[in-house]
Order: sequence, then structure tokens, then C-alpha cells
Amino acid sequence: MEQKIITGNQAVAHAVRLSKTQVVSAYPITPQTTVMETLAEMWAAGEYTGEYVNVESEYTALSYCIGAAYAGARAFTASSAHGLAYMHELIHWAAGARLPLVMTNANRAMGAPWCIESDQLDSLSQRDTGWIQFYCANVQEILDTVILAFRLAEEVHTPVMVCYDGFYLSHTYEAVNIPSPEVISQFLPNPRTQALFDLQTPTNHHGLVGSEAMSQLMQVRFKAMARVFDRYNLLNTQYAGITRRSYPAVEYSGPENAKTLFVTAGGMAQTIKSFFSSTEREEALVRIKMFRPFPMEDIRRYLAQSHVERIILVDRNVCMGVGGIFAQEVRAALAGLSGLPEMVELNLAGGLDLTPELLSKALLAVQEGEKMIWAVNLL
Amino acid sequence: MGGEPLMKQVFNDIPQEEYMLSGHTACPGCSAALSIRHATKALGKETVFVITACCFSIISGQLPLRTFELNVFHCPFPSAASTGSGLKRGLAAMGDTTTQVVVLAGDGGTFDIGLQGLSAAAERNEDIIFICYDNEAYMNTGMQRSSATPFGSKSATSPAPKVKENPKKDIMKIIEAHAIPYAATATVAYPKDLLAKFQKAKTIKGFRFFHILCPCPPGWGVESDQTVELSRLAVETGVFPLYEVENGEVTLNVTPQTLRPVADYLGSQRRFSTLSAEDISKIQATIDRSWQALLNRSNTAEIQEG
Repeated sequence: MEQKIITGNQAVAHAVRLSKTQVVSAYPITPQTTVMETLAEMWAAGEYTGEYVNVESEYTALSYCIGAAYAGARAFTASSAHGLAYMHELIHWAAGARLPLVMTNANRAMGAPWCIESDQLDSLSQRDTGWIQFYCANVQEILDTVILAFRLAEEVHTPVMVCYDGFYLSHTYEAVNIPSPEVISQFLPNPRTQALFDLQTPTNHHGLVGSEAMSQLMQVRFKAMARVFDRYNLLNTQYAGITRRSYPAVEYSGPENAKTLFVTAGGMAQTIKSFFSSTEREEALVRIKMFRPFPMEDIRRYLAQSHVERIILVDRNVCMGVGGIFAQEVRAALAGLSGLPEMVELNLAGGLDLTPELLSKALLAVQEGEKMIWAVNLL
Repeated sequence: MGGEPLMKQVFNDIPQEEYMLSGHTACPGCSAALSIRHATKALGKETVFVITACCFSIISGQLPLRTFELNVFHCPFPSAASTGSGLKRGLAAMGDTTTQVVVLAGDGGTFDIGLQGLSAAAERNEDIIFICYDNEAYMNTGMQRSSATPFGSKSATSPAPKVKENPKKDIMKIIEAHAIPYAATATVAYPKDLLAKFQKAKTIKGFRFFHILCPCPPGWGVESDQTVELSRLAVETGVFPLYEVENGEVTLNVTPQTLRPVADYLGSQRRFSTLSAEDISKIQATIDRSWQALLNRSNTAEIQEG
């Protein structure tokens, strides 16, 4: 193990290298670009020994990985915003074909107008594609999650999207423990060395089916997704045994009997935590790491408690006509329960920076009874 | 008299192995099915197909049925070349450098929606064979106009009198511009030529492109027994010359002494029923120019086939 000061994007590249990835398809888009630049440097230096292919679009970046995974190879690509949207039909296809791909997404706003700031609408718009989705809170977690993602994807035959805040994490340097290849090989099996298909056993893969077969296949995928919670918890425990770092699907931090809970995802959790510690506040934080499948039971366990009086749902995205998307999911998870606490939304759509000052102002607005607080109005 | 019957003489060089099962769902007289059947005879067992959205999404069989005695992977419409390239690269990463990855796309998946990925795969000189079977419209969805639809053709989305105003895109010129090792045209009317080209392509490393003209009875408005004859007419009139481009060098494979008039080719097809005499003259002039241009830059090697 070595410790290095690296960015979130560089952490992804280290994880891809350590995972002995066999095929990487590369296409630039801000703020993801330095993932692919770092991997290119590792490739040129002989540290990354798989195939590295410069493609002409994100559409090809993902279809290239789909082809590589058809062969049985461990494949990776990365994207952001419009690149992710451009891949959309392939994101569906990869999940339908049960391919164990891993893709990282540095969250960025969707135009128009052009905006490269860290709104999460890009990956949240891919919610229903059938991928597992994680949201990371710091640079170390990005590295570890990518490695966990490869193992999880291969065990449940479902692709994994690892998301993290553009710039706030993609470009921020943090001290990161980089495990040795020997340590990672204890956790992640070596990739395949033989094709998944057999020339002697011809098969018509992913061809036309009728509605009954399609429905059966979708049910199989639905059940596989339900197994992800247990599988992930097990893998997380195993990974923690090797690295002493653990990332529960939903993380609770703060006093046990807190009356007010902040609920958020991604790097904003770090700001909220440091805000608590610097102001000795009595609120607690619930951070949602796993977004698909959505950890409803954990959410109910932490949020539907008699001592909780108020929940502040902090989203850096917005679904027009509804509200923050994590907020929407939390409300759905709590639906039907009686005696629920008051729910307030703090919305930073557009990629606004969540600062301690903003949090203080937001708490005042909460006191004044506002239910949908636009952070931009507090600047 | 003695000797073998003519048909047997013609076909006795064609391998007996079959990689397409009979009873598949292609339309009667489908020259695309016939072309690919012959292509697979040359390609052989160590072949994996990547098939994009096209007639072969259907012809290859609805699960659990299958038509090919080869592995087939389906992929979304614009992704033929990139999925095929990824598959080949994935195999290479695992040490398999011998399995041929063959991409199958119609003219829509080649000339239109697949062009970007195709161009990029050609530019990277990916080690795959890309087959465009060109029936000159979106035939699987019911004959809508593509950029491969010829000037003056009716289609479901260019009905008379709004027939196609623009000429067909010259895909071979576009492909040639990528300086790939091998590109060839072929039709089922010249099966030995088609087989020989696939046999040659198998021995070449890098990006290999096939443009196969495939007359389509329901789409073109011809009888199902006319497709081979039309394929031959397309060559004899210069509508679709048979040639190869190897590292920039052009070889004409069939060189008629004089071209037959294009009206012989157009006349029997209902899709061209609204062409005026003036339109036909215009088409003839275009063919005369492009044929001369091809002659000027090619080596010729005449092939006689029965």
C-alpha cells in the first residue's frame, strides 16, 4: 500500500489498473477527461497492460465495452453529462444483456444552456436503465468503489455505474491509500482468459423474443437486483477486512437521537459532516451511497424513528414538476408509514457549492417554515 | 456430349458446408440471405457474427430458434462496427487472435445511422470484416428511403411524385478514403467472385469492408425469381461494378466490353415506374461517367462465370 495525493479522476484510473481491466475505451468530456488521460499515461508507461482504445464518441465508448464484454473481457469506460445521455440506449442494452461492465460518471449538468458544474441529473436520468448506481463522497471512496463494483457486477451479472461530483471530487486532491495489486488480488478474481462463448456451440445472443420471454427475463433481472443488497453488504465487509475501509449502502453519522436529519448523496455529505463538527450541532446525516437498487429498508430504519421531527433532503439535481430526485425516492420509501416527520427540501440544482454559510442560511429558512428551499436564493 | 451438367460445373467449387439452416424467415428470393449464406461458406466455423438492427435481426431467428450455425451477437442500430470491434479486442485481450469477427449491417446501419462508428472503426483499422448488404432502403421496417436509395426510386417515405431527388451515397469512396487494407463489392450473381473475395479477406489483417448489392423482391417491386438476374444486370449495366480496393489499388473483377443500357436494369423494377425518359438519360450519363472514372484508375481482371 502507498499513500498518494490524487484527484477523484486519478483514483478511478488507479482502480481500473488495479482491477486488471482488459479493455478500456476512451473518449474525453469535462470533467471526466483526466480519468482517460491518467489511464493513457499508465498505458504508455506499461502500468496498465490491457487494451486502450481511443474511440470517436461516447456512443462507441460504451458499445465497444459491450462488445468486449460479449467476448467475456473485463471492460471499463467513463463519461459525464451529455456523453452519458448519448450512450442512453446502450446503457439499457448493457443491463438487458447482463454484462458486468463498470462505468464511472463525473456528475455534470445537462444543457441547455452549456454548464459543466456538478448537477447530478445526468446519472439520475439513467435511473431506470437497470444499472446498479453508487454515489461516492470522497476520493478514497471512489477508488475503493470502482474495485468493489467490478466484483459486484461480475457476481450479479449487472453493470455498475460509479458516480461522483464533477470538480468537487473529480478534480480535488486528497490523500488516498492505494492498495497494492497483491491486496486487490485477494478480493477481485483475475479476469477471464477464455471467451465466454464456444465456437462449437452456436448461440443466437440477445436476438428477438416475444413479450412472454421478455417479461420472464425482466423478472429474472428484477430478482437479481434484489440480491444486490445482501451481496454488496457481504462484499463490503470482505473488502473492509482487507483494507479496513467500509462503505455501507446507507451511512448514518451523528448523534443517535437527533431530531433533525439531513439526507443527501455524494460529496455534499462531507461538507455537512464538517459543518456539524465545527458548529457542535445536534443534527445527524444520512448519506445514500447506493441509489439503485434503492435501499428502502435502510432508509425506513434511519428516517422513520419516533424521535425524528424533521428531515432536510439535500439534492443537487431537480426533477421538474416534482423536486429533488433523492428526495422523491426517500418520500416513496417512507410512503404509507404513519407519524412521519416534517420533510423539507434544500435544492442545489445546477451544481451549486454547498458551503457552511449556505447551510446556516438554509437552517434559518427551515425555521421560517419554507418547504422547498432553492439554495440559489440564499446566495 | 458427356461431362458434368452445366449447373454442377458452375457450383462444384462452392464449399458444401452450410452455416445457415434452411427454413429461416427471409422473404422468398431474398438475395441478402443468399449472399450471406455464400459468405459464411468462405468464412467457416471460426466466425462470430455481430448483427445490428436489420433484416437479419429477423432472419437470424426469434429465440429459441436460430438460423446460423455460428455464434451471433445482436447490437443496437448505430453500434455495429463498434460492438464488433470491441468483441474482437476483447478476444485479443484474452489471447484469441484467430476468431474472425464479422459485422453484418444493412444499408441503413452502414450508410446512415452506423456511418460514424463505421468510419471510426475503419480509421482505427480494427481487425474485423464489415459486411454491408445493401438493399437500398430500410427494408426491414417496410421500405423507407435511406441514403443508399437511388435517384428516382419510390419508397414508403418518398412516394410518387415525391420520389428520391438525390443520388445514392457512394459508400465505397467513403470507405476508400480511410486507407484500409481491403474493400470489395460483390453480388450473388457472381458467387465464385463473392467466395474468392471472402477467402482473400480472411487472410488479411485489419479492417475489411464488403459492399454487397442485394435486390429485394418486395422492396424493389420485382418477382422473387428475378434477384440473381437483377444482380447480374446491375453489374452488366455498370450500376454496380464488381471491384476490389487493396491498399488503394483498384482491381475491376468483371469488365463488360460495353455496358448494357441502364434502362434494362431499371425497367423491370416497380420502384422506378415513375422515371421519365429524361430521368433515365440522366442516370445513364451518371453511370457512364463513374464507369469511365473507375476504368481509368483500375487494373482489370476479367472473370468468366456461367
